[in-house]
Amino acid sequence: MGTHSMKVFKSMILALSILGLAACSSTGDEEAAAQTADTSGIDATTAAAQRAEAERLAREREAQQRIEQAALNTKVFYFDFDVSEFMASDRDVLAIHGRNMAANSGTRVRLEGHADERGTREYNLALGERRANSIRDYLVVNGASLSQIETVSYGEERPADQGQTEASYRLNRRVEIK
Amino acid sequence: MKNVFQILLLGFVFARAVSAADLNIEITQGIDNPIPIAIVPFTWEGANAIGEDIAEVVSADLQQVGEFRALGRANMLSMPDEAAEVYFRDWRILAQDYLLIGKINHSPGSQLVQVQYEFFDVTREQKLVGEVLTGSVEELRDIAHEISNVVYEQVTGNRGAFSTEILYVSAEFISPDLTYYRIEKADYDGHRSQILVESQEPLMSPAWSPDGRQIAYLSFETDLPRIYIQEIGTGERRQITNFPGINSSPVWSPDGTKLAMVLSKDGSPDIYVMDLMSNQLTRLTDHPRVDTEPSWTADSSSVVFTSDRTGQPQIYMVPVAGGPGGFAERLTFDCFYCAKGRFLPDGKNLVHVRRETREDNSYGIAVFNMDSQRVITLTDTSLDESPSVAPNGSMIMFATKVNGRGILDAVSIDGRVKFRLPSAQGDVREPSWSPFLN
Repeated sequence: MGTHSMKVFKSMILALSILGLAACSSTGDEEAAAQTADTSGIDATTAAAQRAEAERLAREREAQQRIEQAALNTKVFYFDFDVSEFMASDRDVLAIHGRNMAANSGTRVRLEGHADERGTREYNLALGERRANSIRDYLVVNGASLSQIETVSYGEERPADQGQTEASYRLNRRVEIK
Repeated sequence: MKNVFQILLLGFVFARAVSAADLNIEITQGIDNPIPIAIVPFTWEGANAIGEDIAEVVSADLQQVGEFRALGRANMLSMPDEAAEVYFRDWRILAQDYLLIGKINHSPGSQLVQVQYEFFDVTREQKLVGEVLTGSVEELRDIAHEISNVVYEQVTGNRGAFSTEILYVSAEFISPDLTYYRIEKADYDGHRSQILVESQEPLMSPAWSPDGRQIAYLSFETDLPRIYIQEIGTGERRQITNFPGINSSPVWSPDGTKLAMVLSKDGSPDIYVMDLMSNQLTRLTDHPRVDTEPSWTADSSSVVFTSDRTGQPQIYMVPVAGGPGGFAERLTFDCFYCAKGRFLPDGKNLVHVRRETREDNSYGIAVFNMDSQRVITLTDTSLDESPSVAPNGSMIMFATKVNGRGILDAVSIDGRVKFRLPSAQGDVREPSWSPFLN
């Protein structure tokens, strides 16, 4: 007993779940194919199944493209108070930005880091840079090149919202991709 | 003679600069038992009305710093303008400790005017000082501040800072896409403001050279934060840094030979010193966390700075001679956020921005005494920053927000006296008090 059998057990679970996933996704197609078969011959059935499969793939691709486009359209990332690491929930969106930059080596971006007005101006300037760098580093991890990225911090000098409430401050602690 | 020369020089500068909207001073807190002083309106022997009320300017100066209360003119029993007309009894009845009188004449054979003033100790029935100052009509305000300096020093024994000036940043928000940023200069009391720099990109951190002739500041005009030095008199300016990343927080050494600054070219913001003769850079700190907000000790030997190397901003000090391996001594411990430290001229009291605990969420101006380890918090506003100390160490000017608007406040180092310089339009911030200019 020990680590070895534990590993085997784990990979079996993994294999089963992959099979399970495959089974699930094929069920719908078989039903669709069966429905077509009722009204046409065998060849027509096959053709229809292929067509359905192609349509399904196209739909998936479209959905994926929509997700990626939405991600690429997301250009402002918000930060918690006094925190310079981006939020975990932004990881997928930033990964898409990074991969997109990797695929398009001509793309150049400018990361503008900002802070809310609390605390001293010059410390906030440093905080804004650290926020921009946190995003820069993650873009690079996902394939972007350092030469594609310029970072600049505006500290608290360019608030997105002029208010003094927590809601305003939240909008001001940000990095914008330009 | 010295006065005439300086005043003429000032006139030259004013003529070149663009005037701006003045800040209007308001005294918000004074002390309980101010010294009573009678300041009699100065007589003017010319034909036309004169532009400046010297007695009024001196009264305002002395009352702003809190130690004095000027007698109302309506209560005066006599209005002498020279020693021969002074009856001390008139002033003793009114319980005045001191008396200032004077008159303004045309200077023979020139366009200039002469201001003759005399200052008396009423209790001792003694004239303490009398002098004649000469200048143009436009310089009467400078002459008035000079008289305030003399009176203040006679009574308190400390040098007056009424002839000093301030730099500050103003921001006029027009629309989300357009804000005008300006560096302005004004008398310490907000009068005679003028625009030195204007940009649609942020301007930050204005600082005086020790001789008061140049300013250093941060401008984003190239879309990146870079340091510039500008001649006040001519407006001539030059960009002095262009390193990758942050270039910020320029501060002249008191001996005028070096500029401390923050550069993040090597990965994270660190403190550097640039020799202004050779342009040679010396790195003072080398830490992966933020080091920023340098200020000098009076002897130019060490630099005080803010670092979050322990997680939260605290204040440290490092010797300039030590180089990047120099030992940074930590100065503050018992606060959640202590930043922007600078020593008072006594070298013992550290002025700083302080947030006591994570929960209290309020940033105030405080003084930490290095000998007694005592902390005195001077302010009760909650978004205070950018403290700057008058060259005589008597007052601290700082920026804060009141009703959503950026204003300049001043507080005496004992916290007893406060005055405020609100702006007529837009936000004002980052005050920098000049060295002695006289």
